[in-house]
Amino acid sequence: MAQIFGDYVDEQPTNVEHLIIGFSPTSIPLKQRWRNNGLSADFLADYLQTFFVGDDEEINIRAEIKSAVSYIANELLENAMKFSDDSVDYATSIAFHLHKDCLTFYVRNSIPKQNVLKFHRFIEDLLTQDLSDLYIKQLEKNAMQDSAHSGLGFITMIQDYGALLGWKFDSLMKEEQEINTVTTRVKLELPVKANV
Amino acid sequence: MEIKTEDYTVRYDEATATVSCAGSLRLSGMEEYAPILHMLNEAAEQQTDALNLDLRNLEFLNSSGINVLSKFVINVRQRKSPQVNVQGSKKIPWQGKSLKNLQRLLPTLELSLE
Repeated sequence: MAQIFGDYVDEQPTNVEHLIIGFSPTSIPLKQRWRNNGLSADFLADYLQTFFVGDDEEINIRAEIKSAVSYIANELLENAMKFSDDSVDYATSIAFHLHKDCLTFYVRNSIPKQNVLKFHRFIEDLLTQDLSDLYIKQLEKNAMQDSAHSGLGFITMIQDYGALLGWKFDSLMKEEQEINTVTTRVKLELPVKANV
Repeated sequence: MEIKTEDYTVRYDEATATVSCAGSLRLSGMEEYAPILHMLNEAAEQQTDALNLDLRNLEFLNSSGINVLSKFVINVRQRKSPQVNVQGSKKIPWQGKSLKNLQRLLPTLELSLE
């Protein structure tokens, strides 16, 4: 059964302006695929610009939205690439929905079963602790040890960009193999209405 | 001293005591960022008085990159020198959102966004 954390609701993209990009499992090394995260994030951010037209003041707002989308999409894809389960045949996807007053991202990827509980604990910290303290604590901790992962992506999305985050953990059977999945939802309120 | 790729440039100019970063930094983790962190720490060792960090042309920095700048700033705080002056741009939205966090780690850090 699916487990939900934080601000999560499923959304059907029907009738909403949306884009979905899929990344199939491949033998190309992660390092070579890495640049696709940035390319995809920038594409989403550029695509979005079409739906905001306005005066000079709104140009700044558009630049803000573009920068936020580019940052958030890139972080979500980096996480999905780093933490998905390489041993299973499951494509990572990013869906991006544009509503009049908000944007939502859904990134779905596999996750090794043994990492699920650790991820739950990390999310619980995010949802219950003072974020500003957690951010500084995480930076101080990272400075003391050479951890490969900074653990800052989600914290910065909430703290610096005011995003709302939610997660859905689920599992499915594919060719008699159990695949654990996580969908991360990020919602970003828009400071101006989109022309959709 | 300079690290240059098609996506970014990081340069240390000893004469002006300035490390400048330009372009987009989206490296995949601490290992890939190690040469940049090394350059920052070397510059801080050489410049005992003040060091400028010019980020005015740094269009994009991922969270691993934010971690690198924070590591550097914590290192300076531990050494108690040099004075770090960060120059950013108001035209690049992420800078206004995220750079102020460096001051929380090192209150003496000067941040100017132009």
